[in-house]
Amino acid sequence: MDYFAQQFINGLVLGSIYGLIAIGYTMVYGIVGMINFAHGDVFMIGGFIALITFLILVSLGLTAIPVILLVVLLVSMAITALYGWTIERIAYRPLRHSFRLAPMLSAIGMSFVLTNYSQVAQGARVKPIPPFITGGYTLHESTDGFVIQLSNIQIMVVITTIVLLAIFTWLVSRTRLGRDMRACEQDQTMAALLGVDVDRTISMTFVIGAALAAVAGLMYLLYYGLVDFFMGFVAGIKAFTAAVLGGIGSLPGAMLGGLAIGLIETFWSAYFSVEYKDVAAFSILIVVLIFMPTGLLGRPEVEKV
Amino acid sequence: MSGDKTSDKILGVDRLTMRFGGIVAVQDLSFAAERKKITALIGPNGAGKTTVFNCITGFYKPSGGTIRLAHDDGRVIALERLNDFRIAKQAKVARTFQNIRLFPGMTALENLMVAQHNALMRASGFTLLGLVGAPVYRDAEKHAIDLATDWLRRVNLLDRADDAAGNLAYGDQRRLEIARAMCTEPALLCLDEPAAGLNARESAALSELLLSIRNELGTSILLIEHDMSVVMEISDHIVVMDHGVKIAQGTPREVRDDPKVIAAYLGTDEDEAAAVMEGGT
Amino acid sequence: MTAPSINTAKPATGIPALLKTAFINAAIALVLFSLMIGIRTEAGSDGQLTYWTRFGELASLVAAVFGGSIVIELLRQWIGPTGTEKLVPPAVQSGLSFVGRYLAPALLIFTLLVPVIFYNQRYILDLAILVLTYVMLGWGLNVVVGLAGLLDLGYVAFYAVGAYSYGLLATNFGWSFWICLPLAGILAAFWGVLLGFPVLRLRGDYLAIVTLAFGEIIRLVIINWQSLTGGPNGVSGIPRPTFFGIPLDNSDDGLAAKLGIEYSSTHRIVFLFYVILALALLTNWVTIRLRRLPIGRAWEALREDEVACRALGINTTTTKLTAFATGAMFGGFAGAFFATRQGFISPESFTFQESALVLAIVVLGGMGSQLGVALAALAMIGGFELFRGLETYRMLVFGMAMVLIMIWRPRGLIGHRAPTVYLTKAQAISSDLVKEGHG
Repeated sequence: MDYFAQQFINGLVLGSIYGLIAIGYTMVYGIVGMINFAHGDVFMIGGFIALITFLILVSLGLTAIPVILLVVLLVSMAITALYGWTIERIAYRPLRHSFRLAPMLSAIGMSFVLTNYSQVAQGARVKPIPPFITGGYTLHESTDGFVIQLSNIQIMVVITTIVLLAIFTWLVSRTRLGRDMRACEQDQTMAALLGVDVDRTISMTFVIGAALAAVAGLMYLLYYGLVDFFMGFVAGIKAFTAAVLGGIGSLPGAMLGGLAIGLIETFWSAYFSVEYKDVAAFSILIVVLIFMPTGLLGRPEVEKV
Repeated sequence: MSGDKTSDKILGVDRLTMRFGGIVAVQDLSFAAERKKITALIGPNGAGKTTVFNCITGFYKPSGGTIRLAHDDGRVIALERLNDFRIAKQAKVARTFQNIRLFPGMTALENLMVAQHNALMRASGFTLLGLVGAPVYRDAEKHAIDLATDWLRRVNLLDRADDAAGNLAYGDQRRLEIARAMCTEPALLCLDEPAAGLNARESAALSELLLSIRNELGTSILLIEHDMSVVMEISDHIVVMDHGVKIAQGTPREVRDDPKVIAAYLGTDEDEAAAVMEGGT
Repeated sequence: MTAPSINTAKPATGIPALLKTAFINAAIALVLFSLMIGIRTEAGSDGQLTYWTRFGELASLVAAVFGGSIVIELLRQWIGPTGTEKLVPPAVQSGLSFVGRYLAPALLIFTLLVPVIFYNQRYILDLAILVLTYVMLGWGLNVVVGLAGLLDLGYVAFYAVGAYSYGLLATNFGWSFWICLPLAGILAAFWGVLLGFPVLRLRGDYLAIVTLAFGEIIRLVIINWQSLTGGPNGVSGIPRPTFFGIPLDNSDDGLAAKLGIEYSSTHRIVFLFYVILALALLTNWVTIRLRRLPIGRAWEALREDEVACRALGINTTTTKLTAFATGAMFGGFAGAFFATRQGFISPESFTFQESALVLAIVVLGGMGSQLGVALAALAMIGGFELFRGLETYRMLVFGMAMVLIMIWRPRGLIGHRAPTVYLTKAQAISSDLVKEGHG
């Protein structure tokens, strides 16, 4: 039972990270109807930028942890957001009204570009950082000595996720930008006729998605203490799985799906086999798509004849 | 009412009901289509005509009721139990679509060849005989091309045989879609607004085509149509729907004079009411 | 959605506007590259992370972006708006189709002669074998993506199934290549059906992601099922193909000895070349043949409009399955060939990048066009070889090329479609009319 509780906490934290990435997939899919294959790599870039910023701040002699965290968060969100914007501008916008496969291949190409760009720029070796946020709470200590730990970093990941989710839910449901986004999702031509700047709205979608991916990258860096150039691919596929599981196009769905994938992966590793945890995640993707193609919170698609 | 002889019915719809969530699109609808006759299903927008069509042609599974198709050889098929492609393959019900669904990147001839898929598949020994170029298949293919050519001639598109379907004019596409449905050699042909978007001359040609299909080939036709001049001119029997239920049926003359029909159209759309009353006169 | 996009790109006129655009682009580049290029991190031997600055590289990259934007902007003004390039004059098109008619036979004759012309150039022969392997893979995937319009991002899984089928059967039971080749195809097709049956009702992007997941699952299982597959170490010592039972080696039973000629290791390479050429041509022949049969027409009809297919009584599930299985079978053949050529296989050869490469070949070729796929394979693999020296930059350049090619020619090199049957005259059908499929 204690083991279960500990795994549950771990799964929740992992799930929060997946959920943050999944939001980027779900928003882009909702608005332009394409799988942004490069999104996993945007997450990876976010992790790298957080790492480098962190390194600079520490070498400048800054020691106040909250200040460092805030600066790292803001810098990595800002620069990664610009990556998201640029990617859309270069690789997707020229293909917006093209043949369906073209943007998908362009996105796959962009994903290769980002992966290898970061390998060329920062080297192939894994980049570790020393444990930065330490400490935590012991929730329960059983008689046989098993301890349920809740570390500060875990608390931080979950709280940051909740706060950001609240902010972005507000952004999408209450602001002008959110209304424009939903309008573009329904009908781009009509939205444009009614005065919505479609290009700008789509750009903003990519910017927001990339900023959230940067947060996920930072969380990943703090939680696991390392980044590498190849981490975007698998994390990207799992986050996409989460987006589909939650119901593509739905923000709460993406978060819910992320938590589900995080929990499943953690429990699978804990109780069955670590080697096959990715196989488990991918199998779940296939099973979900077959039996629940609209996901947990998605709207059913009615076939029009 | 024309034709009470039940043996002459090709299609019998009995207490058909279709619900989408809480909305009842069609309720307890019963009507029959006679063999070798043209039956029209009319009604204001949103009356549930296309829903009925989709139930008959297997795109929707009815929530209740039965749909029986009686073939010439006496076989009776329960359409509500078949689904998807089996309606066309086994029950021999062919259909066209309100928004034309041709294969735009294939030629007119290819469109008609695809329609003969099941016959050609058998002849090609499910591809194996065809792959080795067996004479059986070559004969079958030649026969299929002949049938397609015949239909292209009938719909006056022979000179466009090798043009992409997507390049044809709108009216030509409508006729090609009917030809494609006929190439499946159906027992019942279902047409969803075949005259939509056609000009007066094209509508007249369409009427002629449908009459020739009935008279020369003896194919039974069920159609949904808004163009009352076409409906009144060619229909043998008309069923009028409104809000998912049948409100009247009979010959064109009977329906035209029915006060309930006029009220239904007046109550929803004045233009259509005017069209009903002017139609066929 | 087919409406042409409203041209929002404001053509910059005059030098000031040009400079302004270039400055903005350079500023964006500066922000993007500032940390990633300007700072280089590395883990030291003690695990401590260190960093050093690379402002010189950063400055030159930003300058390159500045210069590049000016050049691109000037080119854009020179060529005119990008939207107009679609209108290829009919004369040019007929000229192209004239070239197309003679290009294919000319290419075929040249390919047949490659071992004669380049007999002493081992490198070129090896490259030619590689290109032909990808031509075959491209033609195989073309059945699925180009004809049936089913987006498959996990094609490499079938390639892997074929390779491991032969590798394991040959090393464990000593079965010969020529027995295993059909078996590899059948096994791959079997896996294709197994995967296809549940997932083929999914549409478009969902199908793409499921096939991607399937490809990854196969690779992960190969890595982890060490007792069977040898895990990351792979399978080695896979026997080389024999000339129908006669080995191509230096022994007394070898072909060279039997023919009484001097043994040369090039014999085997030439033999392999003709084996893969024969396999590729078989793929091509079967595909061309199938297109003219009802099953092939049904595949294309499915790509055009699935609902209409159902209304015509076509069983869309089995039609999709046959396309999937046919494509998988060709992938399996290619995999078996790959295993016998390399003599060694490991999971590293079957990554997602391979699937993406084959898909890029199909799309660049122009979906459905056999000649286009062959040309695209030649261009891609040849181009890939050019960058062999720049190991780490290779995938970077490949990714950029994919993006640029899609922007330049989203419809591929040969976009038009040839009809499968005609009454009077076969006319090429413009790619604008041909659909890309939804499932």
